[in-house]
Amino acid sequence: MTASWNRIPRVEHAAEVTLDRRGRALPDVPRPLLAHGLGRSYGDVCLNPEASLLHTPGLDRFVAFDAATGELTAEAGLSLDALLHFAVPRGWFPPVVPGTRFVTLGGAVANDVHGKNHHQAGSFGDHVRALTLRRSDGQVLEITPETTPDWFAATVGGLGLTGLIETVTLQLAPIRSAWMRAWSQRFDSLDAFWELNAQSEREWPYTVAWIDCLNPGANGRVGRGIYGGARHATTAPRKDAWHERRRSIPLDPPVSLVNRLTLRAFNHVYYRQPVHATPRAVHHLPWLFPLDAIRHWNRIYGHNGFYQYQCVLPPTDAKDGVQALLDAIAASGQGSFLAVLKTFGARPAPGMLSFPRPGATLALDFPEKGRDTERLFARLDAIVQEAGGALYPAKDARMPADVFRQGFPRWEAFAEYVDPEFSSGFWRRVTA
Amino acid sequence: MNPMKNVVLFGATSAIAAAVARDLVDTGARLFCVARDGEALEALLADLRVRADDPDGARILGATADLADIDGHAAIWQQAQEALGEVDSALLAWGTLPDQAACNASVDETLEAIHVNGTSAIALLARIAPDFEARGGGVIAAIGSVAGDRGRQSNYVYGTAKGMLATYLQGLRNRLFFSGVDVVTLKPGFVRTPMTEGFNRAGALWAEPETVARGIVRAMRRGRDVAYLPAKWWVIMTIIRLIPEYLFKRLKL
Repeated sequence: MTASWNRIPRVEHAAEVTLDRRGRALPDVPRPLLAHGLGRSYGDVCLNPEASLLHTPGLDRFVAFDAATGELTAEAGLSLDALLHFAVPRGWFPPVVPGTRFVTLGGAVANDVHGKNHHQAGSFGDHVRALTLRRSDGQVLEITPETTPDWFAATVGGLGLTGLIETVTLQLAPIRSAWMRAWSQRFDSLDAFWELNAQSEREWPYTVAWIDCLNPGANGRVGRGIYGGARHATTAPRKDAWHERRRSIPLDPPVSLVNRLTLRAFNHVYYRQPVHATPRAVHHLPWLFPLDAIRHWNRIYGHNGFYQYQCVLPPTDAKDGVQALLDAIAASGQGSFLAVLKTFGARPAPGMLSFPRPGATLALDFPEKGRDTERLFARLDAIVQEAGGALYPAKDARMPADVFRQGFPRWEAFAEYVDPEFSSGFWRRVTA
Repeated sequence: MNPMKNVVLFGATSAIAAAVARDLVDTGARLFCVARDGEALEALLADLRVRADDPDGARILGATADLADIDGHAAIWQQAQEALGEVDSALLAWGTLPDQAACNASVDETLEAIHVNGTSAIALLARIAPDFEARGGGVIAAIGSVAGDRGRQSNYVYGTAKGMLATYLQGLRNRLFFSGVDVVTLKPGFVRTPMTEGFNRAGALWAEPETVARGIVRAMRRGRDVAYLPAKWWVIMTIIRLIPEYLFKRLKL
């Protein structure tokens, strides 16, 4: 049974097919169809209950690479992990990476993913130069932002609904080292975060903050945390070798290991971790993908799974809104394991359904606790809607249709581009 | 250790052989890839050329050929030798998984499956062996199967072809030993490839093509005689071979 990373919802598919060659007709399986890459989204954008999934990780071939310009074309099932293996030793880097490298290029396009460098680099789609898209009527569209801007805007961030993305052409960014220069600093309240963030964003291409959403900070309200900034280094440290110490959660614990007690303790210890105010050399893998070192980390929530809740609030309401969200979470006593706060840059995202937009984005995860979780989400939704924000489809298993429609006002225009033989659990849920 | 500098991959677009090719590219090997489907071959060559920093195709070469057509063997082998200059390694990796029920109902299907998976591979081995013998070194490997170790009602036609191939390789190994040529019999277990699409492929017995490919390259470099891939299949197949026939025939395997 194919599930998404958070294991909610659990659904059955009518058929699941592994694609291994591009340029072939879509397989003869029950419609509608949906491409499924590495299943790292948190919900049903990558699921197609009672219908069919097309597994794409076998479409992982490089097509062309220009070593002079860094323009790379590859099949859409290629993972960012494989791309990093190829590109880093050659002095190139994916211009935007999300918090895990175990996603496919196709998934990165379909969700127009963002990274810790959004304020300077924009989202993944900003660096896509071309796409090939197979439609169910047999057409193969060659899409570029210049020649077919409408199809480009629909397919970037289009949640895989406009057809099967077969190849992606991406402009890589030059780097001079596999290492980064990174620093971190504690802040004791959200006010301190905003101040630190305003300075840091100007100087550092990658920034992110972790928030302790259980233990109050200096001003008596939740909002303390650790801020980090980094840039690609121009040199490697003397000891250049770095090996990822891989750990794995071997099996499902009988109950979720994430509960009030462990959360409070974890957040307390995490906040007390050593910080390094002076930038030091850190390899890009642990800095950009800390959780990738723990295989199957999603198992800590046990068989029942968990929810992600990631919202964006526009700049005018960001300060009050983020504090209100944290207060609501603290009041519910359901704190999140890893709460991540980051501000997006001002550039408009390339896709009609792109999630990144100017403002602040807060990502949280919560164990599945039935009614209590629902009630908390309803409160958080109200704050997001009040602020005119949006929730991230790639991390959603439950948003009500009205929250989606308010957050993505171009959804009806987008619907014109949806392939009649493609759909997803998410799309049916928010448009029904 | 076999250096594997100039390698011919027959059936190169199969999932396992393609993974072998990617492994070899990283070691700096020159490759000649043979496959039936021209489009798939082009996609494979493009991928390997990007990985090899070889946009002009100086190191990564290939040609199409239907290897089930024995009459074409001499020409494609000639072409491979000319393209690479010298061939020090060959891997035979083509095959199909026949539908046993269809074979039960059709003599033609049975013989066709044995031809594609067994006879045609033996024909190519017989074709290339003298050149390795004359060269006095190198490694020839062919992908057999654990299915060749014992006939079972669910896929004994496939098993027959692979068993025949294994016996041929055994004899060839003995013959070429005296010329310094290694002959490697590869016996993968269950592998998640397009060939096994439609099976329930969950569980510890199923391996990824990349894992099997690493095992193949290792076995070829070391000149192993027989390699079960992954190695636990040696234990499994030893037990299966030890079951007395009067019991085995009663099992629904």
